[in-house]
Amino acid sequence: MPVKSPISQIYALVRKDLLLEWRQRHALFGILLYVFSTVFVINLMVREPEERMWNAMFWVVQLFVCVNAVAKSFLQESRGRLLYFYSLVHPRYFIAAKLIYNVLLMMLFSSVTLVCCILFLGNPLLKPWYFLGVVLLGGVSLSLLFTMLAAIAAQASQNAALMAIMGFPLIMPILILLNNISQSAFSPVVQPGLGGMFIMLAGMDVLIIALALILFPFLWKE
Amino acid sequence: MAKNWWKILSVLLLLYVIIGGFMVPVPVIGNNQQAARSIFFHLPMWMAMYTLLTISVVNSVWYLATNDLRRDVRASSAASVGVLFGVMGFLTGMLWATYTWGGTIVNDPKQMTTAIALAIYMAYLVLRMSFTDIDKRARVSAIYNVFAFALLIPLTYIIPRTVDSLHPGSASSPGFSDKDTAGTIKMVLWPAFLGFTLLGIWIYTLRNRYKRLALKNIIHG
Repeated sequence: MPVKSPISQIYALVRKDLLLEWRQRHALFGILLYVFSTVFVINLMVREPEERMWNAMFWVVQLFVCVNAVAKSFLQESRGRLLYFYSLVHPRYFIAAKLIYNVLLMMLFSSVTLVCCILFLGNPLLKPWYFLGVVLLGGVSLSLLFTMLAAIAAQASQNAALMAIMGFPLIMPILILLNNISQSAFSPVVQPGLGGMFIMLAGMDVLIIALALILFPFLWKE
Repeated sequence: MAKNWWKILSVLLLLYVIIGGFMVPVPVIGNNQQAARSIFFHLPMWMAMYTLLTISVVNSVWYLATNDLRRDVRASSAASVGVLFGVMGFLTGMLWATYTWGGTIVNDPKQMTTAIALAIYMAYLVLRMSFTDIDKRARVSAIYNVFAFALLIPLTYIIPRTVDSLHPGSASSPGFSDKDTAGTIKMVLWPAFLGFTLLGIWIYTLRNRYKRLALKNIIHG
């Protein structure tokens, strides 16, 4: 059999993950239920929060959804199966496929979270399309970082706790950045320094992707 | 003796810094009174921290390239001493903030980003504790260390310079350049940088030797 091009290898891996996700629907719908119940609990506690609170709540929900959704992307693979992939593809393509898959997954969950928040917590947004864009971007950033962290945590014994310990300090700058950027969607006034913050966010994403591609092959070496 | 001259230099410099730091006249600006002296003990901590964390990340990368466990021991000792200096820098900063900025933790960008950076490095130390397999620990924590360092520099060095901050050297305030720093301060501050950095490296070498002894059955030579 001829060796396939990297693109088709990555495509096959992403396809496999999506198919698996769809066949084991409990995980997918579990997360959706998680989003729903978290937002609903906030609704029961604070009814309709004011703008700043709404924004903060939204990003905290996003954070926890991301931890739960992305953490299992490596945990669901058994040791034997990982070894099998190792013999088939270059680790760089493997992590690239995981990154793409988690980005797709997180974009879906981000949109669902947004809809839930608007339904249950009211809609203080003045620029909904701008906010949707930021939410998708935020989903991308969060899932990129947590994919790499899940790969690290999968190597250690106490996975779930470790994700939180490693992830929360690392994600803080990105969350604060996202919070500041999305603040613009609540006011008609143009925020100063918005372009710079977008560049910074893009820079962080590029940094994480580059580090993941460089470092993951070392992580896989056993 | 020939190998240890820098330890003697460190002690002499620190003696000079402690005595000089409390004796030299400093400019009294407004209500700050003598608070400016805290700079002799606050800034050098960061210099020592940056030096040690750089040593740590270099050794981590080196470990990934060679799989030599001694590199991992060096990386972890440097990181833990670096965090110690970071915490001391944070505490001296909090002391200054309490008396001049009106609160221990104020909404200052540099203070917040530094707290985040320190939390990231503490996560590195916790991560190390969660492994029983030494080789796996070395590999995984080396990878995390590269991540941590890649965030440390933008967090503590680049972002605070682009936003308004109470710290000197931000978007709206002057940094410590030759022109706007009093001569007496410079006279103590430069030796303080060197003295505390050397002290940090000294502690790091001691810790490194101790950890290597603890692992001497596994690491040969």
